[in-house]
Amino acid sequence: MLEVKNLSVSINGRIILDDLSLVVRDGEIAALMGPNGSGKSTLSYVLAGRKDYTVETGDIMLNGESLLDLEPDVRAAKGLFLAFQYPIEIPGVATLTFLKAALNAQRRGRGQDELSTPDFMKKVRASANKLQISQDMLKRALNVGFSGGEKKRMDILQMALLEPSFAILDETDSGLDIDALRIVADGVNALRAPSRGFLVITHYQRLLDYVVPDTVHVMAQGRIMRSGGKELALELEKSGYRDYNVEPAVA
Amino acid sequence: MSAEIIPAGTPAEVFLASLFERSKATLPGNAKVAKWREDTFQRFYAAGLPHRRIEAWHYTDLRTLIRDALPVSMPPDETAIAALRETFAADAPAPRLALVDGFFVPELSTPMPDGIKITSLASVLSEGRPDMIALLSSQYLGAEDPIVSLNAALMQDGVIIEVAAGTQIADPLHLIHVRSSPLPAAHFSRSALLLGAGAEIRLAESCHSANPMVEALASQANACLIISIGDGARLAHTAMVTGPSPHAVRLETMLARVGQRAKFDSFALVSGIGLVRRQTFLRFEGAGAEASFSGASLLGGREHADTTLLVEHMAPACRSQETYKYILDEEATGVFQGKIHVAPKAQKTDGKMLSRAVLLSDMAAMNNKPELEIFADDVVCGHGATCGGLDADQLFYLQTRGLPLPEAEALLLEAFAGELIDGIGDDGLINEFRGQLRTWLAARRHATKAANDQMERA
Repeated sequence: MLEVKNLSVSINGRIILDDLSLVVRDGEIAALMGPNGSGKSTLSYVLAGRKDYTVETGDIMLNGESLLDLEPDVRAAKGLFLAFQYPIEIPGVATLTFLKAALNAQRRGRGQDELSTPDFMKKVRASANKLQISQDMLKRALNVGFSGGEKKRMDILQMALLEPSFAILDETDSGLDIDALRIVADGVNALRAPSRGFLVITHYQRLLDYVVPDTVHVMAQGRIMRSGGKELALELEKSGYRDYNVEPAVA
Repeated sequence: MSAEIIPAGTPAEVFLASLFERSKATLPGNAKVAKWREDTFQRFYAAGLPHRRIEAWHYTDLRTLIRDALPVSMPPDETAIAALRETFAADAPAPRLALVDGFFVPELSTPMPDGIKITSLASVLSEGRPDMIALLSSQYLGAEDPIVSLNAALMQDGVIIEVAAGTQIADPLHLIHVRSSPLPAAHFSRSALLLGAGAEIRLAESCHSANPMVEALASQANACLIISIGDGARLAHTAMVTGPSPHAVRLETMLARVGQRAKFDSFALVSGIGLVRRQTFLRFEGAGAEASFSGASLLGGREHADTTLLVEHMAPACRSQETYKYILDEEATGVFQGKIHVAPKAQKTDGKMLSRAVLLSDMAAMNNKPELEIFADDVVCGHGATCGGLDADQLFYLQTRGLPLPEAEALLLEAFAGELIDGIGDDGLINEFRGQLRTWLAARRHATKAANDQMERA
């Protein structure tokens, strides 16, 4: 379970998250929607442990434990996963090398034994096939020269391998065509489990047709403005975010 | 007020002068060679050790960096050779040529494949073969360099490798430099590699110490390698310039001429030596030739590594490419100087130069000086230099996947430098260089961890 409690966050003295509270239970898929600049991506980065932000007040709890003082890798070992809006290219690091390093680092962090190479390969192949990731892609440098869809599928593959207890998907639908969206959504749905929560950040209803949320939260100006069921997403699709952009432009 | 100021030599320069006076009678060579030594020493002494006001040595000021010159090494005696045979030769790569403290030691070398002829420099100088002496003293390349002059004046030995035209050998031929002197010592070696037309070989140089006690001693090596690549010949060269030798100085010079449609690839890894200067003077003399130079310097402590290149395009349609990478930690200093000179007749030249440095500490420093001198109008030439830390986005991404920061850094650094290693083209050598890189990164990771643990305890 993820609990964000009265979280205020600033960067260079400017408040970006303003007393934000949010709870996502085990097994729940929560959608986080909102206009550009509302602080959605900031929230995902702060949850994952990016250092550029200053946490002014509040706390972040994963399964009852505060994450605030933990390094990003320790948060990952505790079960948190962030699928990036723009997965980062790492030239010179073969995807397979990276996957093995990540999986084994996390297993060490969780006090488990490292996987043998055959076991690792078996695991990767099974998950890669489901996401239509070719052997060739696994040999190439991580995300380098990958299409937008390939990068997103690669992030979902990492999620499948790392088996987090809580996953944040930051605009995983952006830049995807319909076919790629379906593959990614199937990948996410395959990981739905009673013990695993998701926070799905998106601008559009489209992804939520495939990954159906249990709850929908609307974020604007650094806080949650409204929460509801999946029908709230449909309503937003019709009315847009205009009701949430209350602050008039400064003349 | 026009009195000429005659600089008194530094203690190191004065020592070198007395060293030359004392040893010149016993250094190998006939009368002609003795004259050559005398001339080059005078040229060296007039200029002195190069310092920061000499443009080519601006960032590597030997007057400051070399306070004291060391006495020259003695040839290894039978006991030393026997000891080396016992401890070292069994694991050393083959086929190989061994230079111990600058002296060619046939007992530690192995037979060469057909088509390769080996002679020691000392015997060539004593016999006075005019063709060979002419080649060894062909100083139009780097003629003004004081360190090359000093090398000619004091050269003790070295090895001449002649590869007959058309000889093609795929497996690397190893040239190993071994430090064995039980006392702090300097050595001056001059070797040559002469490839006949159409010959193809791979030369792998590496640095070793006889034992850990020797490693810890001060040493000063001045090594020249004269390379002549005949028409249509190919040379793949690698150099493992590695310690640990914190008190060692290594001044290496490659003087190369490249014939028509010939190809010259060279890669060097520099790490773990107190002060290294690797300078290359390369001249394209025939059309359609190619040279690709690259290197990685992994530096920590107060190590200083300088790569200086002069590539002279004297013939049309040649291609030169230089890519150098530096990883600088603690108080290390990196220097890259590259000059591409394109003569008026060298049309259709393609010359590219790139230097990239990653600085891991606020105290580390990188000096880049790329230069283009172009006198032809139909050329493609360019240079670039970058300097910075590791990419914060990449580090964060890797950390969110469970990699602790030191591991994430090591992965990115290995990718940064490793890319050049993969271009070597020989699996055995690639593994060796990759191994060296990983060892360096692992040592850095442990040192970082130990420092962090100590800070936590404090």
